[in-house]
Amino acid sequence: MESIGVLMLIPMNTYLEQELQKRYNLFKLWTAPQKPQFIKEHANSIRAVVGNAGAGADAELIEALPRLEIVSSFSVGVDKIDLAKCREKGIRVTNTPDVLTEDVADLAIGLMLAVLRRLCESDRYVRSGKWKKGDYKLTTKFSGKTVGIIGLGRIGMAVAKRAEAFNCPICYYSRTEKSDTKYKYYPSVVELASNCQILVVACPLTEETQHIVNREVMNALGPKGVLINIGRGPHVDEPELVSALVEGRLGGAGLDVYEHEPEVPEELFGLENVVLLPHVGSGTVETRKVMADLVLGNLEAHFLNKPLLTPLV
Amino acid sequence: MASDQATTPPPPPLPEIQSHDLSQVIVLHPPPVFNYFMDLFSKKFHLLKAWESPLPLHEFLTNHAHSAQAMLCSGTGPSISADIIRLLPSLRLVATTSAGLNHIDLTECRNRGISIANAGEAFSEDVADLAVGLLIDVFRKVSASDRYVRHGLWATKGDYPLGSKLGGKRIGIVGLGSIGFQVAKRLEAFGCNISYNSRKRKDFVSYPFYTNVCELAANSDVLIICCGLTEQTRHMINREVLLALGKEGVIVNIGRGAIIHEKELVQCLVQGEIGGAGLDVFENEPDVPKELFELDNVVLAPHMAVFTTESFKDLCDLMIGNLEAFFSKKPLLSPVMNE
Repeated sequence: MESIGVLMLIPMNTYLEQELQKRYNLFKLWTAPQKPQFIKEHANSIRAVVGNAGAGADAELIEALPRLEIVSSFSVGVDKIDLAKCREKGIRVTNTPDVLTEDVADLAIGLMLAVLRRLCESDRYVRSGKWKKGDYKLTTKFSGKTVGIIGLGRIGMAVAKRAEAFNCPICYYSRTEKSDTKYKYYPSVVELASNCQILVVACPLTEETQHIVNREVMNALGPKGVLINIGRGPHVDEPELVSALVEGRLGGAGLDVYEHEPEVPEELFGLENVVLLPHVGSGTVETRKVMADLVLGNLEAHFLNKPLLTPLV
Repeated sequence: MASDQATTPPPPPLPEIQSHDLSQVIVLHPPPVFNYFMDLFSKKFHLLKAWESPLPLHEFLTNHAHSAQAMLCSGTGPSISADIIRLLPSLRLVATTSAGLNHIDLTECRNRGISIANAGEAFSEDVADLAVGLLIDVFRKVSASDRYVRHGLWATKGDYPLGSKLGGKRIGIVGLGSIGFQVAKRLEAFGCNISYNSRKRKDFVSYPFYTNVCELAANSDVLIICCGLTEQTRHMINREVLLALGKEGVIVNIGRGAIIHEKELVQCLVQGEIGGAGLDVFENEPDVPKELFELDNVVLAPHMAVFTTESFKDLCDLMIGNLEAFFSKKPLLSPVMNE
């Protein structure tokens, strides 16, 4: 197994890195002073690529690795992988579905509560000594608010299940209406935004869903509406989001993802109706370990000619 | 015709509502709802505002409140002690805007047949929401990583340390009343396992019941304090309970600060004997032990669990409703059974 070359694109998990190092000939792309050169040097032995939400096998990389057989992503989202190219060349692709669904859904609710009840802002209020001067102001109740979900897949359903425990009515937008659900369907995102108070992005990022939350949607969500993004940064038109928040056309936002991570628009830093997280949707010790084992399991299955655990392509 | 208009008599003047026509309600200190809705109360009741008088409280009550039958109070301001009650010979109702009753001498009220109305379940949902919000915040480092991003550290220092998964964790609820039950219902949807300790076992739930809070702590990953403050619960959560909860354990307090032995809690947090805490209440509000400000595994809130526009409006309607019911000799909307 040591002769199998595996290219890891960016640091993502120490345990995964150590295990890959033990089992394969691991090439760490981020340590290379000249990346194209590094890839050229080792192209003949690289048979697998390990990426994540931040970096994937795009067309250029796939072309540069003639012996590439499998791309195993340490994420459920595969928007950074050129899936068409992989299909074309017979390259397998795996991701980490299901194991992170609960953590991401938990965080979505955590963001809703943090924004509506101003948890981060009032924690700052206490730490700065302001409480000695007077009570914090009134915030907004979460229970009973209508939650609109863009994308009713695994994560969207998990968010709905949790929000229901807070007596939140649920509605959604999806490419097609789901026949097996009781939640109210809206055939467009603008209509969904007009009819909910909290809008959650929970769909995959594709060409069709780029900027699915645009100025029109944000205006429809309105000055009392809150946007929660636990999908991908490019789902939301970020400059429009900033101006909607700064101008008060949008009531608030809870963001875990951004268009150019780790850059976050600085105009948001001074806003109390915004909660900013550094892409931690699946960021628990427990889940990252399970995700890592899934990546390792998929690679092992592939090189032993066994069925892949969680194949996408 | 013009002559008809000239002979139309002007409408009679509206009767002035004299404040002495309205029923008297003695208020020692303005409850927080007065910051937003005092006029709704003033329209319906003659408020005797003790805090506005230059007289010392005892003098004010003796001179001005001897026929007041109803009192409106809250958790803030002077306690409704036996001394104060004795200065109000006509008092038959104490209406408090809080759910908690620890500021009222319940024995004195019982002995004198004084009814008590509290906030009932008006804000159980909001308090439960805050408990869950604080718990997710501690487990997933929401406030800590929001700080990290706002200080520009994500781009320079890299990813924030990983949090802990909520699903599958064992939640120990201390006090399964209206608030505790709402907390349990919410956390079940996150895949948590619920157990509880309460004065009495509750028949309407199937959660495992523990007779003592130390045993509950030993079998839980999280303790959520949802009970009232009484002589029995004062400092109930002490070092022994916290050590039983353990190094990975998290405690959330949305009850009253004094239920937890604050010095021992701070010590346990500083020494790493427990994993973290989400606190909305403290022993000497608004003072918060400054050692907590150094800790990233602690989330602090300024006793705001009921401070939402919705709850305040509901509370206002409920208190006015209780007072109106009392004065028209109808049943109270949210009476407290004072056993």
